[in-house]
Amino acid sequence: FYLTPPQVNSILKANEYSFKVPEFDGKNVSSVLGFDSNQLPANAPIEDRRSAATCLQTRGMLLGVFDGHAGCACAQAVSERLFYYIAVSLLPHETLLEIENAVESGRALLPILQWHKHPNDYFSKEASKLYFNSLRTYWQELIDLNSGETTDVKEALINAFKRLDNDISLEAQVGDPNSFLNYLVLRVAFSGATACVAHVDGVDLHIANTGDSRAMLGVQEEDGSWSAVNLSYDHNAQNEHEVKRVKMEHPKSEEKSLVKQDRLLGLLMPFRAFGDVKFKWSIELQKRVVESGPDQLNDNEYTKFIPPNYHTPPYLTAEPEVIHHKLRPQDKFLVLATDGLWETMHRQDVARIVGEYLTGVHHQQPIAVGGYKVTLGQMHGLLTERRARISSVFEDQNAATHLIRHAVGNNEFGTVDHERLSKMLSLPEELARMYRDDITIIVVQFNSHVIGAYQNEE
Amino acid sequence: AAAMFLRLLSDVRWRAANPKWRRMTCSRRSTSSTAEPHPVSLPAQAQVVICGGGIMGTSVAYHLSKMGWKDIVLLEQGRLAAGTTRFCAGIVSTARHVSIELKMADYSNKLYQQLEQETGVKTGYVKTGSISLAQTQDRLISLKRIASSLNVMGIPCEIITPKQVAQLHPLINIHDLVGAMYVPEDALVSSANVSLALATAASRNGVQIHERTSVSHVLVQKGRVTGVETDRGQIQCQYFVNCAGQWAYELGHSGEEPVNIPLHACEHFYLLTHPLKEPLASNLPTIVDPDGRIYIRNWQGGILSGGFEKNPKPLFTEGRNQLEIHNLQEDWDHFEPLLSALLRRMPDLEALQIMQLVNCPESFTPDMRCIMGESPTVRGYFVLAGMNSAGISYGGGAGKYLAEWMVNGYPSENVWPLDLKRFGTLQSSRTFLRHRVMEVMPLMCDLKVPRWDFQTGRQLRTSPLYDRLDAQGARWMEKHGFERVKYFVPPGKDLLDLDQSKTFYKPDWFDIVGSEVKCCKEAVCVIDMSSFTKFEISSTGDQALESLQYLFSNDLDVPVGHVVHTGMLNEKGGYENDCSIARLSKRSFFMISPTDQQVHCWAWLKNLLPNDSNVTMEDVTWKYTALNLIGPRAVDVLSELSYAPMTPEHFPSLFCKEMSVGYANGIRVMSITHTGEPGFMLYIPIEYALHVYNEVMNMGQKYGIRNAGYYALRSLRIEKFFAFWGQDLDAFTTPMECGREFQVKLEKGMEFVGQEALLEQKQNGVYKRFTMFILEDHDTDRDLWPWWGEPIFRNGRYVGKTTSSAYSYTLERHVCLGFVHHFDEKTGEQLVVTTDFINQGEYEIDIAGQRFQAKAKLYPFSSLFTHRRRKDEVELSSYQGE
Repeated sequence: FYLTPPQVNSILKANEYSFKVPEFDGKNVSSVLGFDSNQLPANAPIEDRRSAATCLQTRGMLLGVFDGHAGCACAQAVSERLFYYIAVSLLPHETLLEIENAVESGRALLPILQWHKHPNDYFSKEASKLYFNSLRTYWQELIDLNSGETTDVKEALINAFKRLDNDISLEAQVGDPNSFLNYLVLRVAFSGATACVAHVDGVDLHIANTGDSRAMLGVQEEDGSWSAVNLSYDHNAQNEHEVKRVKMEHPKSEEKSLVKQDRLLGLLMPFRAFGDVKFKWSIELQKRVVESGPDQLNDNEYTKFIPPNYHTPPYLTAEPEVIHHKLRPQDKFLVLATDGLWETMHRQDVARIVGEYLTGVHHQQPIAVGGYKVTLGQMHGLLTERRARISSVFEDQNAATHLIRHAVGNNEFGTVDHERLSKMLSLPEELARMYRDDITIIVVQFNSHVIGAYQNEE
Repeated sequence: AAAMFLRLLSDVRWRAANPKWRRMTCSRRSTSSTAEPHPVSLPAQAQVVICGGGIMGTSVAYHLSKMGWKDIVLLEQGRLAAGTTRFCAGIVSTARHVSIELKMADYSNKLYQQLEQETGVKTGYVKTGSISLAQTQDRLISLKRIASSLNVMGIPCEIITPKQVAQLHPLINIHDLVGAMYVPEDALVSSANVSLALATAASRNGVQIHERTSVSHVLVQKGRVTGVETDRGQIQCQYFVNCAGQWAYELGHSGEEPVNIPLHACEHFYLLTHPLKEPLASNLPTIVDPDGRIYIRNWQGGILSGGFEKNPKPLFTEGRNQLEIHNLQEDWDHFEPLLSALLRRMPDLEALQIMQLVNCPESFTPDMRCIMGESPTVRGYFVLAGMNSAGISYGGGAGKYLAEWMVNGYPSENVWPLDLKRFGTLQSSRTFLRHRVMEVMPLMCDLKVPRWDFQTGRQLRTSPLYDRLDAQGARWMEKHGFERVKYFVPPGKDLLDLDQSKTFYKPDWFDIVGSEVKCCKEAVCVIDMSSFTKFEISSTGDQALESLQYLFSNDLDVPVGHVVHTGMLNEKGGYENDCSIARLSKRSFFMISPTDQQVHCWAWLKNLLPNDSNVTMEDVTWKYTALNLIGPRAVDVLSELSYAPMTPEHFPSLFCKEMSVGYANGIRVMSITHTGEPGFMLYIPIEYALHVYNEVMNMGQKYGIRNAGYYALRSLRIEKFFAFWGQDLDAFTTPMECGREFQVKLEKGMEFVGQEALLEQKQNGVYKRFTMFILEDHDTDRDLWPWWGEPIFRNGRYVGKTTSSAYSYTLERHVCLGFVHHFDEKTGEQLVVTTDFINQGEYEIDIAGQRFQAKAKLYPFSSLFTHRRRKDEVELSSYQGE
């Protein structure tokens, strides 16, 4: 069984999406040129989600990738809701009031977000009313809390993350009279999702990360070469600070059982996540909700199962770590991606591949034999590899697709090997997850001229 | 490494062989940068100055001095054989498509073989043979066609199987081959040393050679070369020869009177390796793998392999930006496809160690043929350049022909395909050249199928009707920069299919052209023939008539309004041009010649017309749009449009009259066609072109008028045995040899060019005869189609080659035209060809190695002529009846 290059392309391109920030005669100068995104499923259905939107009542753009586990329900809910929570957190008091008044009097609501969605990125119609009500409660509280201070982006991001996770938890505890919705909120709460979200406003780039997805900045050095700067820390067992944090939050007696086999309580890979109430609620609460819940939930072994050594919940938080970065002209692009990408590729390679793709320039030094001993065969291998590197660029119109092609198809030389690509993509559903994870990528391209102009103003 | 390589390729012992010469130059060679005074100063004058010390310059010097011209100075800006010549791969290959190129290569091979013995300079000549591989059946057909040509020239050559290839060369992977052509006498040389050997011999014959002397420009007075200006002073001379290789274009443009030499350099790469573990034998055949775009020869126990990539890199478009070509960069990424092809062909070479990738610029020309001959604008200015990377193969022969040209006034062979005058200023745009050579270089390896057209440099010269015709489905070809219609694709036909009509077999336009031919025979067709060259010659007195009577063989002293078909002959009676001349008034003439005559004919007439201002000549090609109305109903269309009777009684054949057509007045209408069908030529001032065309098409509707193209025209003229200049006729063909004595008026009361030669032929007979062949057992649907250049066999013996061919829709047979010679069976000497000799033979035409029976005819089928004959044609048949 062998996929032809066009078949491979149709698989790789099925979910690709590109957005270019429109230029309004130079007035709406955005530091973002646009973005490319794409995802390649390994799970069926895919558990990753992505979101992108422009804030309409404040400045800035939001982009995020969400990696679900134990189902896709939580990732789906977070991808629909999180940006509203962030946008609302960023809104000034007057705007919040205006919105509340509009809702109160049944007037048309000011639009808050303009979504940039692939046709496959769906929103749940059934839950929209429920979600809206929770959101409204949040902004009403913000109005009541009116601190009078200008909103700090970092704080807003943290608040939004925490609030949404809290709402997910509450909705599951309260339940819903509609049995479909009732089951939905429970599935959302019992599944989990990591989130890596970028907020770009002018030269201010904030990354809020919860879990093990990653944000990486592509920087072009003066000599034209590419380097990678991490803008997030993975929240997993490999991160010493995370391990330390978790241990700090629990009594010494649990120290040994907290992290086992690089997993939280020996079960969960990410150390921070949305949902996953099994790691947040008390045992009593879990039992009560499951028992009173619908039969499907009751019959599910996973939900009934209580993690071992579960003494002092919560063990898990959705609070993000926020990194602020002032964009510089040499910062050319940002890559947000779920761990499916980072497992297969080093960030330095990611920076180079995307950088060369975006600039169309391949910093391949011309080869000279000079005094070296090179055989025809060696030279041939080297040249075909260089050629493959260039030719794969021309196949893709989307930087994210191009990255996925490399992530899945790279051979030992770091070049795309069609045979390997074909094999990896034609794996049967039940085997796919063993060889690769869901991959979701957003590549945001910055406008260096605009960023340069901002810098000069300051 | 580069310097090392130079030493490897260039055997320095040549200097010892020539002490006289060493005195002049050797002190320069060891130290390159120090500016020592030149030991020998330049002469103040010489008969010939040759610029360029590569293979071309030295070959011209060698041959000129052999032919007895001694007062020759050769100038080289750097060192002898240090340019492309030094870097080139040194393969002498006779496998060429064009027969004149084949002859040059064959001569070169024989010359180089004995050069070492003649001069004492080691040339590195090794007879290795060459094997051209075919990966496809089409390629094999192409090779078989060449093999047929080589065989009849007496050059050993055979088509062999892949297995035989493996026996001849141990390294070749033969799995993807369908066959090959083996030419056992092809050779390898050290090209620089061949050049040095030629220089040595020339020097011994008295040629002065000066290195490190560059020509800045050529001095011209009254259209003649008078001298050259160099960085070391002036030399007065009568002849200048531009052999400056890739710099020839610029040198041509450096003087006040520019000489257009359309060529352009491209980078060319080849690979050198260290020797194999078991070094390759020095007599191992050279491999040419055109489908892989590569050649591979043995080189010092290792290999040398290069090729002609699909994406060439042109260079020096904006002119010369560096003197030395040695420091061009290697580009391995660019070479990758060729390296892949090499390793596919010889997988065992994987472990072979690379020595160097050489970047050696080569110059290419717009039509893939080299450039030779005298400038049409500056007398005494000769050119030999643009070798399309076959400089070593052509060097000897090309130098010989050019030397003959200078000494005798014309070479011993027809070199029109290589003549500088086939080009005009229009091929000299840098942009045109850059684009065209990027197409030409890959073509070196591409399959040459009949009737392919260049894709670049198009739509330069067009008729005012171009858009109208294009919108009606016209498919175009190009001649001398002019777009001409091949045929019209009827609406609804699949265009993609038709554009891929590249085949050695029946083409897919077959039925389309068939219906155009049918319409020409039964109704009326319009063909735009605006590309033809048109001159007006007039004088205040009778000088025009007198001059033309001298220049043309037919009698031009005809009543005003008559048209005369006549040859413009050279001293040997050969056709320099074949044209129609209308006498517009007592003192003015309108002359129509083939499209590619524009430069040649102009130069010829300029040289021979009296220099006084009484005779004026004007090129009016651009002023007139020419429409040919062909067919029995043409007369009806035209008379309805002009309200004038056009029947033969009122408007006899070969008549010319200015009249109105539609609203437009002053249209020159001539009752001639170029196909033998009834019809008219309309010469329309261009601003009326669209109007007249529209009128003709509207009026013609009821007579079933339609557009037709040149393919229909060709079929019609060939089935009627009409010869065309440039295809069938050349400077070595006389009217007597092609049944056209009726167009020669030996007794017209005055002398004309070529008269003596023709008289002599009339008395003693001719040595070749233009003959028409009807293919008998040829299956149009299944067999390979003839093209031109196919060998003709009479009673099993080779007697000549075809010059053109076409399918006759009327005869439903293929018709080939060609020349029959009579070679003595024992001596090979040429004997007189009589009518009996032609008639009493069994003929076969060899198409790619397969022979088809053919019936020979010396006169056309009279049944094909539907219209009444005029006096001229009566003469034609009576002559042919003799």
